[in-house]
Amino acid sequence: MAEAAAHDYPTIEPTSFDVVICGTGLPESVLAAACGAAGKTVLHVDPNPSYGSLYSSVPLPSLPSFLSPEPSRVPLPPSGGDDSHTVVDLHRRNIFSEVEISGAAPEPSARIAVDLVGPRVLYCRDEAVDLLLRSGGSHHVEFKSVEGGSSLLYWEGRLYPVPDSRQAIFKNDATLNLTEKNFLFNLFKLVRAHIAAADEDGEGEASDKISEEDLDLPFVEYLEKHQLSPKMIAGVLYAIAMADYDQDTDCSEKLLTAREGIQTIALYSSSIGRFANAQGAFMYPMYGHGELPQAFCRCAAVKGALYVLRMPVSALLMDEERKNCLGARLASGQDILCQQLILDPSYKVPILDASSDGSDSNLLRKVARGICIISKSVKQDSAILLIVFPPKSLEEQQIAAIRVLQLSSNLAVCPPGMFIVYLSTPCADTSTGKQCIKKAIDALFAPQASDPLEGHLEETSENNEDLKPTVIWSCVYVQEITEGTSSSLLSCPTPDEHLDYRSILDSSKKVLHCILHFL
Amino acid sequence: MHGRPRRPAKPVDEEAASAKAAKLRDLQVQVLQNHHSRTYTKEAIGLSFKLLEINPEAYTAWNYRKLAFQHNVKELSDPEAIRSVVDDELRVVEVALRQNPKSYGAWYHRKWLLNQKLTPVDSKREFGLLDKLLKVDARNFHGWNYRRFLARFMGVPDEEELKYTMDKIGDNFSNYSAWHNRSILLSNLLIQQSKGFESKQKIFSEEFELVTQALFTDPSDQSGWFYHLWLLAQISTPDKPQLIASWPCNGAKLSSSFIKEKVDQNTLSSIWCHSLKERTVPIVLYFNEPVKGLNQSSVKLKSYLEFGKDIHWRALSMTDSGYSNCWTTYLQIANECSTSQQYSVEVSIPCSEDIVSRSGSNYDSPVHFTFTIELISDSQDIDLFDKPVAWNCSESLQSYGNCEPIPFDLLKITSALIEEESNWHFERLSEQIDLFRELPDDNSKFVKLTLARLLLACAAMKSCGRSLIERKRYCDEALGHLSDLIHLDPSHKQYYEDERSSVLMDKLTCDMETFMKHCSVQVQPNSVPLNHVQLHGLSLTCVGFAERLMWVQVLDLSHNSVRSVEGLEALQQLVSLNISNNQISSFTALEPLTKIMFLKVLDLSFNEIGAHPIDTTRYICSSPFSHKIEACEAFEQCQKKNINVEEYWDAILFFKSLKLKQLDIEGNAIASKENFRTLVMELIPSLKWFNGECVN
Repeated sequence: MAEAAAHDYPTIEPTSFDVVICGTGLPESVLAAACGAAGKTVLHVDPNPSYGSLYSSVPLPSLPSFLSPEPSRVPLPPSGGDDSHTVVDLHRRNIFSEVEISGAAPEPSARIAVDLVGPRVLYCRDEAVDLLLRSGGSHHVEFKSVEGGSSLLYWEGRLYPVPDSRQAIFKNDATLNLTEKNFLFNLFKLVRAHIAAADEDGEGEASDKISEEDLDLPFVEYLEKHQLSPKMIAGVLYAIAMADYDQDTDCSEKLLTAREGIQTIALYSSSIGRFANAQGAFMYPMYGHGELPQAFCRCAAVKGALYVLRMPVSALLMDEERKNCLGARLASGQDILCQQLILDPSYKVPILDASSDGSDSNLLRKVARGICIISKSVKQDSAILLIVFPPKSLEEQQIAAIRVLQLSSNLAVCPPGMFIVYLSTPCADTSTGKQCIKKAIDALFAPQASDPLEGHLEETSENNEDLKPTVIWSCVYVQEITEGTSSSLLSCPTPDEHLDYRSILDSSKKVLHCILHFL
Repeated sequence: MHGRPRRPAKPVDEEAASAKAAKLRDLQVQVLQNHHSRTYTKEAIGLSFKLLEINPEAYTAWNYRKLAFQHNVKELSDPEAIRSVVDDELRVVEVALRQNPKSYGAWYHRKWLLNQKLTPVDSKREFGLLDKLLKVDARNFHGWNYRRFLARFMGVPDEEELKYTMDKIGDNFSNYSAWHNRSILLSNLLIQQSKGFESKQKIFSEEFELVTQALFTDPSDQSGWFYHLWLLAQISTPDKPQLIASWPCNGAKLSSSFIKEKVDQNTLSSIWCHSLKERTVPIVLYFNEPVKGLNQSSVKLKSYLEFGKDIHWRALSMTDSGYSNCWTTYLQIANECSTSQQYSVEVSIPCSEDIVSRSGSNYDSPVHFTFTIELISDSQDIDLFDKPVAWNCSESLQSYGNCEPIPFDLLKITSALIEEESNWHFERLSEQIDLFRELPDDNSKFVKLTLARLLLACAAMKSCGRSLIERKRYCDEALGHLSDLIHLDPSHKQYYEDERSSVLMDKLTCDMETFMKHCSVQVQPNSVPLNHVQLHGLSLTCVGFAERLMWVQVLDLSHNSVRSVEGLEALQQLVSLNISNNQISSFTALEPLTKIMFLKVLDLSFNEIGAHPIDTTRYICSSPFSHKIEACEAFEQCQKKNINVEEYWDAILFFKSLKLKQLDIEGNAIASKENFRTLVMELIPSLKWFNGECVN
């Protein structure tokens, strides 16, 4: 059975599984853990030498090769094998483009771990956190809290704190006047009462529920009714309700409804105080986001899933009508039979691409991302912080909010004295997206010193507190977004433009339903 | 920690609880035995620890430990050994606090231990313990209490403690204890004039700013409102106590008799004073806040008349520990004097260390006033009570002649606040009013109540001349808020109604013009003219601004909703009082009337006395009946007449202290009970008219 050509590939026993999953990104890993927990036999393979796929944290030196990989090797010639299957070759694709790196990576660069999904955080009350707790994955990963109440809003050239809790509203004296303080806390209270009322077992009173009619209104209309300052409205919309697109347009498709806004605010405020040692609503996994898929993989392994790294899938085994997938041919040439095959989004799915059913719009979605390394925090005395640039705050063409996350060495993602800053914004075309990210970088940081010797001069003027941090190294790129597909051949979603994992998990859940339905 | 619902115990818990109880009983018996036999061995002490570990509330065990500690430590001389004994004790307290962080006994034990001063106190350990404790429950008032003790004990400067309160408020501003401690520390710092705390105005402006941030963020949180109330009191009341009214007022002429001829003149040149017939002169002093320490040296009297050596000042409205707004004395004229001559009496209250307010401030606004006394040995003895006094509303309103009643300015005292300072206070108040008018949370009872209080504080600053119109405007707005509150917050309805009554009375009595509509001089046939004030049908529930009524001799409060007559005790000239058709529900509620020496006519008809099985006023009244010896006599007297003392104890005490001539009490549940009439006849021998009948 074993092919002589694949001397470095292990042979897998048995050769038939309930589920074969290729790629160890977060959705794939969650599915592996879920299938394992459901008692299915799982083979989980990954072409890469490490876990995480598109959701991994990679050492800085290997980032370029991750973003622009060499063209994938020609798959091994299919072994003669069984004629009962039709063999369909699989090809991988690169979802990253326009990669632009500048500056020399600071040493020791190997100690800098870069997230491919950044900027990203978890709500303390997030489903992802519940999932970790329920699956036991929480034993394998540790979190740090993003400083409470210190989400910053970029407004007219300055950064303002956006109060997100009762105490933060009380202490805030830069952003809000007294009436706005009152309104904002009332909004939080209203949301809490609404959620309590909507929860049928809860103690909430039905009268506290917001009417269905109001829930379908755009959230921005609700806010505008209360004569709040534009700055305040922007703060609530983009930093608390997490709207991505400009809410000031007539394009109703991208308007956040009150229902969505309220849901996010509820999640936000219920996140605060969930864990005694987390100050704010958000937390970040130590050592980077790559830890999350690993944690789920471990859960799956505990349940008996078989793991093989450095093992690409080279072809699909289909039935004669090319309708149903019966198994996968591995790079080793070994054929594995399975009832369900799940691919990570870096594989082109031939059949699905042919019969794309109105998913064209999905293919157009892109997100521009930026990664910067700086030596000084954006805000004094803060290590981890979130910043949002509301739409149009940098230029007219900026159609969406830019989210920024700064991480420090206490998350073990970089050596002390450095900070990693992630930026992202959804975009329709690559050039404007990149443009926005660059503008945001310019707004936050001083341009990097062209001559490395100038580092001396800079240090002397560092006493000046107003001085913006200097960019040591930066990388800007654009990533395509595809959602998970669910048919006989399943594919998982790419990292999306959001700050959290909610929609990724939602779409993984759909995939899981398919699996369990088919099996 | 707070706001958690209590869950009913499960049967399993009950079983465990009974096992625990058995163990506890056993331990308790052993500890008590050791306590009685003064066994202070290691085992015995260990037993008490076991008890306290489970139940830190066993205070006998704490006391036993104190004795044992003292006993054992006496024999030790080595400082190290002493230290280890003290350490052990401290640890016991810590274990007990872990079981119940709110154990009074445990906290007290720790304080006691530190006060022994046997070893230097490890401040790090103490403050560390507190930090831990207040982290778990930032509102644990035991912890705050201990913190104050510790700060004083260790000499921690108040400034640092003030910073700590700010930290805690920053963590969570819903913290009564932190706000409270802040008020205490600020008061201290301001009194000591510490560095940075020289300017009251600056500090209070900042504090208002701070608390407003909390109030606007969450108007439904009470703790900030409490602090706001404290701040309001700080800027709306003068620092030092002041005399605001007296009877007799400056320039008054008291006469023992009434000279008919002078009635036709435009002014009443002399006031008929009932008590002068008995050669007694009453003086009533009314202060803006409760004070104590009135005596012969703090209140000086100068007159040709001799009043005997012992001039005894008595508090009329008793509040706690002897402080009172209203003080009185009855001077006995001791020497012979001519009947046609007028004698002047000078009263002066110099700055005095003796007279202090509850906050400890001395009296330092000297006052001086004079009145004259005319003693006429009258041949024709007027009997006021030939006929029952009729309370005919329409008739009584007609003034006799054109007489104005008693001079209105009771005592000319300007506010002790310096003019510019009071401007600052007024500005702060107006600022706050504007702010809270903006607070969008319209239905918050705290907003409305605070607005009402702010408005009233403003009103109180507008005390003379044209500003009285403003005063009324403030009163009107406050009345609006109070009326809203009655509907908004029905569970505190009675409080709001009382406030409203007080404001209403302020509005009616603050200026001459309005007040005059309710005043008249009443002349009953064959009687002296009496100063009459009529306040009927105004929905009053209580009496406010009694200091403006001290000259009143006839008061009609009928057809209101009066529940309490507190305040009326200041009306020492009152001869007849009508509180018919009100909501008086018990005799305890009428207790203040027993302090009016010359009350002769009382109309209590159509109230609710005896209608309620439970007398709630007993718990509300600031000074329930307390004359013990007299009470016994009265009870015995009644028992002889087969009156059920248990049922009528409050009626007995009430009537016993009155010397009425006329009493109307029909229309009360109690009046129809058997023996009640006998009781009244027995206890008030002076009574002439009872429910309209002549009884004597």
